[in-house]
Amino acid sequence: MLGDVFSYLTDGSNWSGSTGIAAFAIQQLLLTVTSLVIAVVVGLPPALYLGHRRWGGFLAVNVSNVGRAVPVFAVLLVLALGPIGSEKFGPFGRAGLATLVALVLFALPPIITNAYVAVVEVDRGVVEAARGMGMGEAKVFSSVELPLAMRVVLTGVRLALVQVWATATIAALVAGPGLGRVITRGFANHRTYEVVAGAMIVAVGALLLEGVAMLVERYADPMRRARREIARASA
Amino acid sequence: MALVDGVPQCYVDNDWICTRYWTDYRPELVDASVEHLWITVISVLAGLVVAVPLALVARRNAAVESVVVGATTIIYTIPSLALFSLLLPFTGLSPTTVIIGLALYSLTILVRNVLAGLQGVPEEIREAARGVGYSDTRMLLKVELPLAVPVIVAGLRVATVSTVALATVGSIVSYGGLGNLLLLAVGNQFKAQIFAASVLCVALAGILDLGLLLVQRLVTPWTRHAR
Repeated sequence: MLGDVFSYLTDGSNWSGSTGIAAFAIQQLLLTVTSLVIAVVVGLPPALYLGHRRWGGFLAVNVSNVGRAVPVFAVLLVLALGPIGSEKFGPFGRAGLATLVALVLFALPPIITNAYVAVVEVDRGVVEAARGMGMGEAKVFSSVELPLAMRVVLTGVRLALVQVWATATIAALVAGPGLGRVITRGFANHRTYEVVAGAMIVAVGALLLEGVAMLVERYADPMRRARREIARASA
Repeated sequence: MALVDGVPQCYVDNDWICTRYWTDYRPELVDASVEHLWITVISVLAGLVVAVPLALVARRNAAVESVVVGATTIIYTIPSLALFSLLLPFTGLSPTTVIIGLALYSLTILVRNVLAGLQGVPEEIREAARGVGYSDTRMLLKVELPLAVPVIVAGLRVATVSTVALATVGSIVSYGGLGNLLLLAVGNQFKAQIFAASVLCVALAGILDLGLLLVQRLVTPWTRHAR
Protein backbone atom coordinates (compact mmCIF):
# COMPACT_ATOMS: atom_id res chain seq x y z
CA MET A 1 0.00 0.00 0.00
CA LEU A 2 2.61 2.53 1.09
CA GLY A 3 4.81 1.31 -1.76
CA ASP A 4 2.03 2.07 -4.26
CA VAL A 5 1.60 5.53 -2.76
CA PHE A 6 5.33 6.14 -2.97
CA SER A 7 5.61 5.02 -6.58
CA TYR A 8 2.56 7.13 -7.48
CA LEU A 9 4.10 10.20 -5.91
CA THR A 10 7.52 9.65 -7.46
CA ASP A 11 6.18 9.03 -10.98
CA GLY A 12 6.73 12.31 -12.82
CA SER A 13 3.87 11.66 -15.25
CA ASN A 14 1.38 11.94 -12.36
CA TRP A 15 2.59 15.46 -11.68
CA SER A 16 2.58 16.87 -15.21
CA GLY A 17 -0.25 17.72 -17.60
CA SER A 18 -3.47 19.65 -17.18
CA THR A 19 -4.89 17.09 -14.71
CA GLY A 20 -1.57 16.42 -12.98
CA ILE A 21 -0.83 17.07 -9.33
CA ALA A 22 1.24 20.18 -10.13
CA ALA A 23 -1.59 21.83 -12.08
CA PHE A 24 -4.09 21.11 -9.28
CA ALA A 25 -1.65 22.34 -6.64
CA ILE A 26 -1.15 25.62 -8.51
CA GLN A 27 -4.94 26.00 -8.88
CA GLN A 28 -5.50 25.38 -5.20
CA LEU A 29 -2.72 27.73 -4.10
CA LEU A 30 -4.00 30.43 -6.45
CA LEU A 31 -7.55 29.98 -5.14
CA THR A 32 -6.36 30.06 -1.53
CA VAL A 33 -4.23 33.18 -1.89
CA THR A 34 -6.80 35.09 -3.99
CA SER A 35 -9.71 34.38 -1.68
CA LEU A 36 -7.70 35.11 1.45
CA VAL A 37 -6.62 38.48 0.03
CA ILE A 38 -10.22 39.31 -0.95
CA ALA A 39 -11.50 38.28 2.48
CA VAL A 40 -8.87 40.36 4.28
CA VAL A 41 -9.58 43.41 2.10
CA VAL A 42 -13.35 43.05 2.50
CA GLY A 43 -13.58 41.84 6.09
CA LEU A 44 -10.75 43.42 8.02
CA PRO A 45 -11.45 47.19 7.69
CA PRO A 46 -15.12 47.06 8.81
CA ALA A 47 -14.31 44.63 11.64
CA LEU A 48 -11.47 46.82 12.92
CA TYR A 49 -13.64 49.93 12.63
CA LEU A 50 -16.53 48.27 14.48
CA GLY A 51 -14.08 47.17 17.16
CA HIS A 52 -12.72 50.70 17.49
CA ARG A 53 -16.22 52.16 17.82
CA ARG A 54 -17.31 49.12 19.90
CA TRP A 55 -20.38 48.65 17.73
CA GLY A 56 -22.16 45.49 16.65
CA GLY A 57 -20.38 43.11 18.97
CA PHE A 58 -23.17 40.56 18.90
CA LEU A 59 -23.02 40.37 15.11
CA ALA A 60 -19.23 40.30 14.87
CA VAL A 61 -18.95 37.46 17.39
CA ASN A 62 -21.85 35.39 16.11
CA VAL A 63 -20.78 35.46 12.48
CA SER A 64 -18.24 32.76 13.40
CA ASN A 65 -20.85 30.52 14.98
CA VAL A 66 -22.98 30.76 11.87
CA GLY A 67 -19.93 30.11 9.68
CA ARG A 68 -19.24 26.90 11.58
CA ALA A 69 -22.79 25.61 11.30
CA VAL A 70 -23.10 25.99 7.54
CA PRO A 71 -21.72 23.01 5.62
CA VAL A 72 -19.06 24.01 3.10
CA PHE A 73 -20.19 21.24 0.80
CA ALA A 74 -23.77 22.55 0.62
CA VAL A 75 -22.65 26.14 -0.03
CA LEU A 76 -20.32 25.04 -2.83
CA LEU A 77 -23.13 23.07 -4.45
CA VAL A 78 -25.68 25.85 -4.16
CA LEU A 79 -23.24 28.36 -5.63
CA ALA A 80 -22.13 26.06 -8.45
CA LEU A 81 -25.72 25.27 -9.48
CA GLY A 82 -26.93 28.80 -8.82
CA PRO A 83 -26.44 31.95 -10.84
CA ILE A 84 -22.62 31.88 -10.61
CA GLY A 85 -22.47 28.59 -12.46
CA SER A 86 -19.82 25.95 -12.81
CA GLU A 87 -18.12 27.16 -15.99
CA LYS A 88 -14.38 27.55 -16.18
CA PHE A 89 -13.20 30.78 -14.60
CA GLY A 90 -9.81 31.98 -15.84
CA PRO A 91 -6.87 30.26 -14.20
CA PHE A 92 -9.08 29.00 -11.35
CA GLY A 93 -10.46 26.10 -13.39
CA ARG A 94 -13.91 24.51 -13.55
CA ALA A 95 -16.45 25.98 -11.13
CA GLY A 96 -13.71 28.43 -10.28
CA LEU A 97 -15.92 31.43 -9.56
CA ALA A 98 -18.34 29.45 -7.35
CA THR A 99 -15.38 28.01 -5.44
CA LEU A 100 -13.76 31.41 -5.06
CA VAL A 101 -16.95 32.95 -3.64
CA ALA A 102 -17.41 30.03 -1.24
CA LEU A 103 -13.80 30.33 -0.06
CA VAL A 104 -14.20 34.05 0.60
CA LEU A 105 -17.43 33.41 2.53
CA PHE A 106 -15.75 30.82 4.75
CA ALA A 107 -12.62 32.94 5.27
CA LEU A 108 -14.63 35.93 6.53
CA PRO A 109 -15.94 34.66 9.92
CA PRO A 110 -12.58 34.01 11.65
CA ILE A 111 -11.11 37.22 10.21
CA ILE A 112 -14.06 39.36 11.33
CA THR A 113 -14.49 37.82 14.77
CA ASN A 114 -10.81 37.89 15.68
CA ALA A 115 -10.26 41.44 14.40
CA TYR A 116 -13.29 42.73 16.30
CA VAL A 117 -12.46 40.93 19.54
CA ALA A 118 -8.78 41.92 19.28
CA VAL A 119 -9.55 45.65 19.11
CA VAL A 120 -12.34 45.56 21.70
CA GLU A 121 -10.14 43.76 24.21
CA VAL A 122 -7.32 46.30 24.07
CA ASP A 123 -6.95 47.68 27.61
CA ARG A 124 -9.39 50.60 27.89
CA GLY A 125 -7.04 52.39 30.28
CA VAL A 126 -4.33 52.47 27.63
CA VAL A 127 -6.76 53.82 25.03
CA GLU A 128 -8.05 56.50 27.41
CA ALA A 129 -4.49 57.48 28.29
CA ALA A 130 -3.71 57.90 24.57
CA ARG A 131 -6.79 60.10 24.16
CA GLY A 132 -5.76 62.07 27.24
CA MET A 133 -2.38 62.72 25.65
CA GLY A 134 -4.24 64.44 22.83
CA MET A 135 -4.21 61.71 20.20
CA GLY A 136 -6.98 61.92 17.62
CA GLU A 137 -9.21 58.91 16.91
CA ALA A 138 -7.18 57.90 13.86
CA LYS A 139 -3.93 58.14 15.80
CA VAL A 140 -5.37 56.19 18.76
CA PHE A 141 -6.36 53.45 16.35
CA SER A 142 -3.15 53.31 14.33
CA SER A 143 -0.61 53.82 17.14
CA VAL A 144 -2.29 52.16 20.12
CA GLU A 145 -5.16 49.82 19.29
CA LEU A 146 -3.84 48.23 16.11
CA PRO A 147 -0.33 47.34 17.39
CA LEU A 148 -1.78 45.86 20.58
CA ALA A 149 -4.46 43.94 18.66
CA MET A 150 -2.18 42.76 15.85
CA ARG A 151 -1.39 39.30 17.20
CA VAL A 152 -5.03 38.27 17.61
CA VAL A 153 -5.93 39.83 14.24
CA LEU A 154 -3.20 37.77 12.57
CA THR A 155 -4.37 34.62 14.35
CA GLY A 156 -7.76 35.18 12.72
CA VAL A 157 -6.13 35.44 9.30
CA ARG A 158 -4.21 32.22 9.96
CA LEU A 159 -7.41 30.41 10.97
CA ALA A 160 -9.00 31.71 7.78
CA LEU A 161 -6.07 30.39 5.75
CA VAL A 162 -6.52 26.87 7.17
CA GLN A 163 -10.26 27.08 6.59
CA VAL A 164 -9.77 28.22 2.99
CA TRP A 165 -7.34 25.41 2.21
CA ALA A 166 -9.80 22.84 3.62
CA THR A 167 -12.70 24.37 1.70
CA ALA A 168 -10.72 24.43 -1.53
CA THR A 169 -10.11 20.69 -1.09
CA ILE A 170 -13.83 20.00 -0.70
CA ALA A 171 -14.49 21.89 -3.95
CA ALA A 172 -13.47 18.68 -5.73
CA LEU A 173 -16.70 17.03 -4.50
CA VAL A 174 -18.64 19.38 -6.77
CA ALA A 175 -16.17 18.76 -9.62
CA GLY A 176 -14.46 22.04 -8.85
CA PRO A 177 -10.76 22.78 -9.11
CA GLY A 178 -7.91 21.97 -6.75
CA LEU A 179 -6.01 19.11 -5.16
CA GLY A 180 -9.16 17.41 -3.89
CA ARG A 181 -9.57 16.24 -7.48
CA VAL A 182 -6.70 13.79 -6.96
CA ILE A 183 -8.63 12.29 -4.03
CA THR A 184 -12.01 12.13 -5.79
CA ARG A 185 -10.36 10.72 -8.93
CA GLY A 186 -8.79 7.98 -6.82
CA PHE A 187 -12.18 7.15 -5.29
CA ALA A 188 -13.89 7.11 -8.70
CA ASN A 189 -11.30 4.68 -10.10
CA HIS A 190 -10.99 2.52 -6.95
CA ARG A 191 -7.32 3.42 -6.63
CA THR A 192 -6.79 3.68 -2.89
CA TYR A 193 -3.11 4.59 -3.33
CA GLU A 194 -4.13 7.64 -5.38
CA VAL A 195 -6.65 8.65 -2.68
CA VAL A 196 -4.00 8.36 0.02
CA ALA A 197 -1.36 10.14 -2.08
CA GLY A 198 -3.75 13.03 -2.75
CA ALA A 199 -4.71 13.21 0.92
CA MET A 200 -1.04 13.29 1.92
CA ILE A 201 -0.30 16.17 -0.44
CA VAL A 202 -3.31 18.12 0.86
CA ALA A 203 -2.37 17.47 4.49
CA VAL A 204 1.30 18.36 3.99
CA GLY A 205 0.24 21.50 2.11
CA ALA A 206 -2.04 22.50 4.99
CA LEU A 207 0.69 21.97 7.58
CA LEU A 208 3.23 23.92 5.50
CA LEU A 209 0.80 26.84 5.13
CA GLU A 210 0.06 26.76 8.87
CA GLY A 211 3.79 26.74 9.64
CA VAL A 212 4.53 29.66 7.32
CA ALA A 213 1.53 31.57 8.71
CA MET A 214 2.77 31.01 12.28
CA LEU A 215 6.18 32.41 11.36
CA VAL A 216 4.63 35.44 9.65
CA GLU A 217 2.37 35.93 12.66
CA ARG A 218 5.32 35.91 15.00
CA TYR A 219 7.49 38.31 13.01
CA ALA A 220 4.71 40.66 11.92
CA ASP A 221 3.57 41.29 15.50
CA PRO A 222 4.74 44.83 16.28
CA MET A 223 4.54 44.15 20.01
CA ARG A 224 7.09 41.35 19.80
CA ARG A 225 10.00 43.75 19.37
CA ALA A 226 8.64 46.01 22.06
CA ARG A 227 8.36 43.11 24.50
CA ARG A 228 11.90 41.97 23.69
CA GLU A 229 13.24 45.48 24.28
CA ILE A 230 11.43 45.71 27.61
CA ALA A 231 12.83 42.32 28.59
CA ARG A 232 16.35 43.42 27.61
CA ALA A 233 16.05 46.73 29.46
CA SER A 234 14.85 45.06 32.64
CA ALA A 235 17.47 42.30 32.50
CA MET B 1 -49.33 23.63 -16.72
CA ALA B 2 -47.50 20.35 -16.23
CA LEU B 3 -45.46 19.07 -19.15
CA VAL B 4 -45.97 15.48 -18.09
CA ASP B 5 -49.18 14.33 -16.44
CA GLY B 6 -48.84 13.91 -12.70
CA VAL B 7 -45.33 15.36 -12.50
CA PRO B 8 -45.32 18.51 -10.39
CA GLN B 9 -44.13 21.65 -12.12
CA CYS B 10 -41.33 22.23 -9.60
CA TYR B 11 -39.67 18.92 -10.62
CA VAL B 12 -39.91 19.87 -14.27
CA ASP B 13 -38.43 23.33 -13.65
CA ASN B 14 -35.86 21.94 -11.20
CA ASP B 15 -36.78 24.58 -8.60
CA TRP B 16 -34.78 25.04 -5.41
CA ILE B 17 -37.91 25.01 -3.29
CA CYS B 18 -40.28 22.19 -4.09
CA THR B 19 -42.81 21.17 -1.46
CA ARG B 20 -43.60 17.95 -3.28
CA TYR B 21 -39.98 16.90 -2.87
CA TRP B 22 -40.31 17.02 0.91
CA THR B 23 -43.31 14.67 0.85
CA ASP B 24 -42.13 12.40 -1.98
CA TYR B 25 -38.66 11.89 -0.55
CA ARG B 26 -39.66 11.83 3.08
CA PRO B 27 -38.19 8.36 3.82
CA GLU B 28 -34.84 9.32 2.26
CA LEU B 29 -34.73 12.60 4.17
CA VAL B 30 -35.58 10.90 7.46
CA ASP B 31 -33.00 8.14 6.94
CA ALA B 32 -30.29 10.63 6.02
CA SER B 33 -31.10 12.88 9.00
CA VAL B 34 -31.07 9.92 11.39
CA GLU B 35 -27.71 8.73 10.03
CA HIS B 36 -26.37 12.28 10.30
CA LEU B 37 -27.57 12.52 13.88
CA TRP B 38 -26.04 9.28 15.14
CA ILE B 39 -22.74 9.85 13.35
CA THR B 40 -22.55 13.31 14.95
CA VAL B 41 -23.53 12.16 18.45
CA ILE B 42 -21.16 9.17 18.50
CA SER B 43 -18.27 11.26 17.13
CA VAL B 44 -18.66 14.06 19.67
CA LEU B 45 -19.12 11.60 22.56
CA ALA B 46 -16.03 9.65 21.46
CA GLY B 47 -14.12 12.92 21.30
CA LEU B 48 -15.30 13.82 24.81
CA VAL B 49 -14.40 10.40 26.24
CA VAL B 50 -10.84 10.83 24.99
CA ALA B 51 -10.59 14.56 25.73
CA VAL B 52 -11.36 14.42 29.47
CA PRO B 53 -8.58 12.02 30.55
CA LEU B 54 -6.19 13.72 28.12
CA ALA B 55 -6.93 17.09 29.70
CA LEU B 56 -6.59 15.63 33.21
CA VAL B 57 -3.09 14.34 32.39
CA ALA B 58 -2.14 17.51 30.51
CA ARG B 59 -2.99 19.87 33.37
CA ARG B 60 -0.60 18.06 35.72
CA ASN B 61 2.29 18.06 33.28
CA ALA B 62 3.43 21.04 31.19
CA ALA B 63 5.32 18.85 28.69
CA VAL B 64 2.23 16.70 28.05
CA GLU B 65 0.17 19.88 27.72
CA SER B 66 2.37 21.32 24.97
CA VAL B 67 2.37 17.97 23.13
CA VAL B 68 -1.43 17.73 23.38
CA VAL B 69 -1.97 21.31 22.24
CA GLY B 70 0.56 20.92 19.41
CA ALA B 71 -0.90 17.62 18.21
CA THR B 72 -4.45 18.97 18.25
CA THR B 73 -3.34 22.00 16.20
CA ILE B 74 -1.87 19.64 13.60
CA ILE B 75 -5.04 17.53 13.45
CA TYR B 76 -7.21 20.62 13.13
CA THR B 77 -5.08 21.89 10.24
CA ILE B 78 -5.63 18.77 8.11
CA PRO B 79 -8.66 19.25 5.81
CA SER B 80 -11.55 16.85 6.44
CA LEU B 81 -11.52 15.35 2.95
CA ALA B 82 -7.84 14.48 3.38
CA LEU B 83 -8.31 13.12 6.91
CA PHE B 84 -11.13 10.76 5.87
CA SER B 85 -9.06 9.66 2.89
CA LEU B 86 -5.99 8.98 5.01
CA LEU B 87 -8.08 6.72 7.27
CA LEU B 88 -9.45 4.81 4.28
CA PRO B 89 -6.70 2.12 4.11
CA PHE B 90 -7.28 1.26 7.78
CA THR B 91 -11.03 1.37 8.18
CA GLY B 92 -12.31 1.23 4.58
CA LEU B 93 -15.69 2.45 3.35
CA SER B 94 -17.36 2.29 6.75
CA PRO B 95 -18.95 4.66 9.23
CA THR B 96 -15.88 4.07 11.43
CA THR B 97 -13.77 6.11 8.99
CA VAL B 98 -16.07 9.11 9.33
CA ILE B 99 -16.54 8.72 13.07
CA ILE B 100 -12.79 8.51 13.80
CA GLY B 101 -12.15 11.58 11.65
CA LEU B 102 -14.95 13.62 13.21
CA ALA B 103 -14.04 12.46 16.72
CA LEU B 104 -10.47 13.69 16.14
CA TYR B 105 -11.78 17.12 15.14
CA SER B 106 -14.08 17.37 18.16
CA LEU B 107 -11.24 16.14 20.35
CA THR B 108 -9.12 19.12 19.32
CA ILE B 109 -11.83 21.54 20.42
CA LEU B 110 -12.88 19.63 23.54
CA VAL B 111 -9.46 18.98 25.05
CA ARG B 112 -8.71 22.71 25.00
CA ASN B 113 -12.03 23.61 26.58
CA VAL B 114 -11.83 20.91 29.28
CA LEU B 115 -8.32 22.14 30.06
CA ALA B 116 -9.40 25.79 30.12
CA GLY B 117 -12.44 24.91 32.26
CA LEU B 118 -10.38 23.06 34.85
CA GLN B 119 -7.69 25.74 34.92
CA GLY B 120 -10.38 28.37 35.39
CA VAL B 121 -11.43 26.95 38.78
CA PRO B 122 -10.26 29.53 41.34
CA GLU B 123 -7.42 28.37 43.58
CA GLU B 124 -9.27 29.52 46.74
CA ILE B 125 -12.08 27.10 45.98
CA ARG B 126 -9.59 24.24 45.61
CA GLU B 127 -7.94 25.23 48.88
CA ALA B 128 -11.28 25.38 50.64
CA ALA B 129 -12.24 21.92 49.35
CA ARG B 130 -8.90 20.53 50.43
CA GLY B 131 -9.38 22.24 53.81
CA VAL B 132 -12.66 20.47 54.49
CA GLY B 133 -10.97 17.17 53.68
CA TYR B 134 -11.82 16.44 50.02
CA SER B 135 -9.59 13.86 48.36
CA ASP B 136 -8.23 14.61 44.87
CA THR B 137 -10.80 12.35 43.20
CA ARG B 138 -13.70 13.71 45.20
CA MET B 139 -12.59 17.27 44.56
CA LEU B 140 -12.40 16.58 40.82
CA LEU B 141 -15.87 15.04 40.68
CA LYS B 142 -17.66 17.30 43.16
CA VAL B 143 -15.91 20.64 42.75
CA GLU B 144 -13.68 21.05 39.71
CA LEU B 145 -15.67 19.30 36.97
CA PRO B 146 -19.01 20.89 37.97
CA LEU B 147 -17.40 24.34 37.95
CA ALA B 148 -15.82 23.59 34.57
CA VAL B 149 -19.14 22.50 33.04
CA PRO B 150 -20.03 25.86 31.44
CA VAL B 151 -16.69 26.02 29.58
CA ILE B 152 -16.86 22.31 28.68
CA VAL B 153 -20.40 22.69 27.35
CA ALA B 154 -19.30 25.74 25.36
CA GLY B 155 -16.70 23.48 23.75
CA LEU B 156 -19.29 20.76 23.19
CA ARG B 157 -21.53 23.23 21.40
CA VAL B 158 -18.75 24.37 19.07
CA ALA B 159 -17.66 20.77 18.47
CA THR B 160 -21.22 19.58 17.81
CA VAL B 161 -22.11 22.38 15.43
CA SER B 162 -18.93 21.97 13.39
CA THR B 163 -19.29 18.18 13.42
CA VAL B 164 -22.77 18.44 11.91
CA ALA B 165 -21.36 20.58 9.10
CA LEU B 166 -18.25 18.42 8.59
CA ALA B 167 -20.19 15.14 8.60
CA THR B 168 -21.49 15.99 5.12
CA VAL B 169 -17.95 15.45 3.77
CA GLY B 170 -18.24 11.84 5.01
CA SER B 171 -20.27 11.24 1.85
CA ILE B 172 -16.91 10.58 0.15
CA VAL B 173 -16.95 7.18 1.93
CA SER B 174 -20.77 6.93 1.56
CA TYR B 175 -21.49 7.71 5.23
CA GLY B 176 -22.19 11.41 5.22
CA GLY B 177 -25.82 11.45 6.38
CA LEU B 178 -27.42 14.39 4.62
CA GLY B 179 -24.16 14.81 2.70
CA ASN B 180 -25.00 11.62 0.78
CA LEU B 181 -28.08 13.36 -0.61
CA LEU B 182 -25.89 16.33 -1.57
CA LEU B 183 -23.35 14.13 -3.35
CA LEU B 184 -26.13 12.33 -5.23
CA ALA B 185 -27.46 15.70 -6.33
CA VAL B 186 -24.08 16.69 -7.80
CA GLY B 187 -24.61 14.23 -10.62
CA ASN B 188 -28.22 14.99 -11.48
CA GLN B 189 -28.27 18.65 -10.35
CA PHE B 190 -31.40 18.02 -8.31
CA LYS B 191 -31.80 21.46 -6.75
CA ALA B 192 -34.76 20.62 -4.49
CA GLN B 193 -32.68 17.86 -2.89
CA ILE B 194 -29.69 20.15 -2.35
CA PHE B 195 -31.90 22.77 -0.76
CA ALA B 196 -33.70 20.30 1.50
CA ALA B 197 -30.50 18.58 2.67
CA SER B 198 -28.79 21.92 3.34
CA VAL B 199 -31.73 23.26 5.32
CA LEU B 200 -32.00 20.07 7.38
CA CYS B 201 -28.28 20.16 8.07
CA VAL B 202 -28.33 23.71 9.39
CA ALA B 203 -31.54 22.96 11.34
CA LEU B 204 -29.92 19.90 12.92
CA ALA B 205 -26.95 22.01 14.02
CA GLY B 206 -29.29 24.61 15.49
CA ILE B 207 -31.41 22.07 17.36
CA LEU B 208 -28.40 20.28 18.87
CA ASP B 209 -26.85 23.62 19.87
CA LEU B 210 -30.06 24.69 21.58
CA GLY B 211 -30.37 21.29 23.28
CA LEU B 212 -26.86 21.54 24.72
CA LEU B 213 -27.56 25.06 25.95
CA LEU B 214 -30.66 23.76 27.78
CA VAL B 215 -28.69 20.85 29.26
CA GLN B 216 -26.10 23.30 30.54
CA ARG B 217 -28.79 25.47 32.15
CA LEU B 218 -30.25 22.40 33.85
CA VAL B 219 -27.01 20.98 35.22
CA THR B 220 -25.54 24.32 36.34
CA PRO B 221 -28.47 26.18 37.88
CA TRP B 222 -26.07 28.48 39.78
CA THR B 223 -24.82 30.20 36.62
CA ARG B 224 -28.25 31.72 36.01
CA HIS B 225 -28.12 33.85 39.14
CA ALA B 226 -24.60 35.04 38.43
CA ARG B 227 -25.71 37.20 35.52
